[in-house]
Amino acid sequence: METIEVRICSGTTCFVMGSSFLNELYDLIPQKYGDKVIVKPSLCLGQCSSDDKHSKAPYVKVDGEVISSATIEKVLLAIEKKVGENE
Amino acid sequence: MNNNSQSIHIKRDILIRLVQAFDSNEFEKNTASIPFQMRPKDCEVPYRCCIYKEREIIKDRIIADMGFSLENLDESEKLEDFALQSLDRKEAEENPLTIIEAACKGCVPSRVYVTDLCQGCVARSCEKTCKFGAIEIAGGKSNIDASKCKNCGMCISACPYNAIVRLIVPCEQACPVGAISKGDNGTAVIDFEKCISCGKCVAACPFGAVNEKSQLIDILKAIKMGKKVVAMFAPAIAGQFPGTIFQLKSAMIKAGFYDVVEVAQGADVTTRKESAEFLERMENGAPFMTTSCCAGYNNLIEKHLPEIKQYVSDTKTPLFYTAEIVKEKYPDAITVFISPCVAKRKEVQVNDNIDYVMNADELGALLVGRKIEILDMEDTKYQYESSKQGRNYGVTGGVAGAVNSLLPDDKKAKPCYIDGLTKESIRQLKKYAKDGTCPDGNLIEVMCCEGGCIGGNSTISNPKIAKKIINNLLEQSSDLK
Ligand code: SF4
Ligand code: SF4
Ligand code: FES
Repeated sequence: METIEVRICSGTTCFVMGSSFLNELYDLIPQKYGDKVIVKPSLCLGQCSSDDKHSKAPYVKVDGEVISSATIEKVLLAIEKKVGENE
Repeated sequence: MNNNSQSIHIKRDILIRLVQAFDSNEFEKNTASIPFQMRPKDCEVPYRCCIYKEREIIKDRIIADMGFSLENLDESEKLEDFALQSLDRKEAEENPLTIIEAACKGCVPSRVYVTDLCQGCVARSCEKTCKFGAIEIAGGKSNIDASKCKNCGMCISACPYNAIVRLIVPCEQACPVGAISKGDNGTAVIDFEKCISCGKCVAACPFGAVNEKSQLIDILKAIKMGKKVVAMFAPAIAGQFPGTIFQLKSAMIKAGFYDVVEVAQGADVTTRKESAEFLERMENGAPFMTTSCCAGYNNLIEKHLPEIKQYVSDTKTPLFYTAEIVKEKYPDAITVFISPCVAKRKEVQVNDNIDYVMNADELGALLVGRKIEILDMEDTKYQYESSKQGRNYGVTGGVAGAVNSLLPDDKKAKPCYIDGLTKESIRQLKKYAKDGTCPDGNLIEVMCCEGGCIGGNSTISNPKIAKKIINNLLEQSSDLK
């Protein structure tokens, strides 16, 4: 089975827009999924650059899929979906 | 503490757009279009009743972000006009906070309220307990006559169904000194005679109705005019951004600051003086001494707790010494304090060595607006390497720990902590002052914000993360000698 990769953006924009409040995910995800899902911080994911894209920060990538205005709940939901697809 | 609510997100979004508008060549026009960009025609209306109301609130926030009071505003004035005026303004307004009426109206004044749980029971304990005859049973349900109700809450405990509740007003509840209250017209009003600028109401309001009057435009203007704008950042700021403080320095210089200095540098001066002062006071038989670096606490002493003055350290704040050092080095500089809280705005107003305050949110917005990626930056060194102790001033325990580190082994202080000013902890301080003794220790560290300045109302990071980032920095720093 392939591992799912979660990248939490800690670029300036995402950090300023609150990505440090997603940090709980670094504990939650391994607790819930063991090594099926790995979670890492990331440099700017490149989502925030144009015009008013900062509005939708923080961004998180779950297996390549971009989640905007990310919250802990949204990210967990996206992981849940991917895990379901993988099984 | 900032809680990263949706309203904080919107506040930062607006600040970023304001920076972008300032950097464009049509500041007034682009500022005026921010409400329309954020809530375009036909967009979903996320929070309020209608798009016009949302735009109105955004407009009010922009006005406050440009440094104006929202009280007694001329509603016909356009955003363009405010933008123009903000460019002309020479001096900041006095009181640091202002309330957005349209946002505040959403929340009901504090009162005792009968919920649907009321069974209209025969016992009618509520009616019987009320001493003011404010309760009457009508239509099978208990009713409170607001004109008679004195908010005593007796009926709340009397009802066996817990059907009666007290509706609280979050800002009133949060204010430790009773300075804010919902006025008759349904809008909160701050009594600035009492207000200690602690910022707790800013963080508590779920509608984000209490706004800081920003000096952002004034600072941007100074940078644009090519003045030497020197930033001095509070120790807590080190925990508010990704990357190291050395990368942060490069980022801030890229954003236009002439130089960047750690207020931890001044904290080292404070520590030296304050530990010497502590020894002296103890030798002279003082029962205890309190720290003096928190601006919120200093405002409290001034307005509500003069009796504690004799026990408060006379040593000045880290910011005071830092500003002195900076002005000596750059006499022609415009100095900007990068702050975690509203309270420091008051301290800055009375210090001629400091020109402006920029809070962490605003610095964040500046970096985002100018597209500066901190993690891509090289390190830039600080001319003075601040100590581990100085860099830990923004975390509860840090100030007392620093002072203690310089005391001889046989004369160590016994610290005790007021970790956050609340009605309760203020009573405690009052008691220490009145009794002239403190059973819990002889060095009282007072932090207005829970957790220390990393819990300040204008911070960006989750305080836990801020602490982690600061701890990393401490590991690379050396002890104060
Ligand atoms: S800033 Fe603090 S003291 Fe002033 S009204 Fe708000 S909560 Fe009260
Ligand atoms: S604890 Fe720090 S952040 Fe909070 S009011 Fe005092 S100085 Fe400001
Ligand atoms: S900072 Fe997160 S996408 Fe750019």
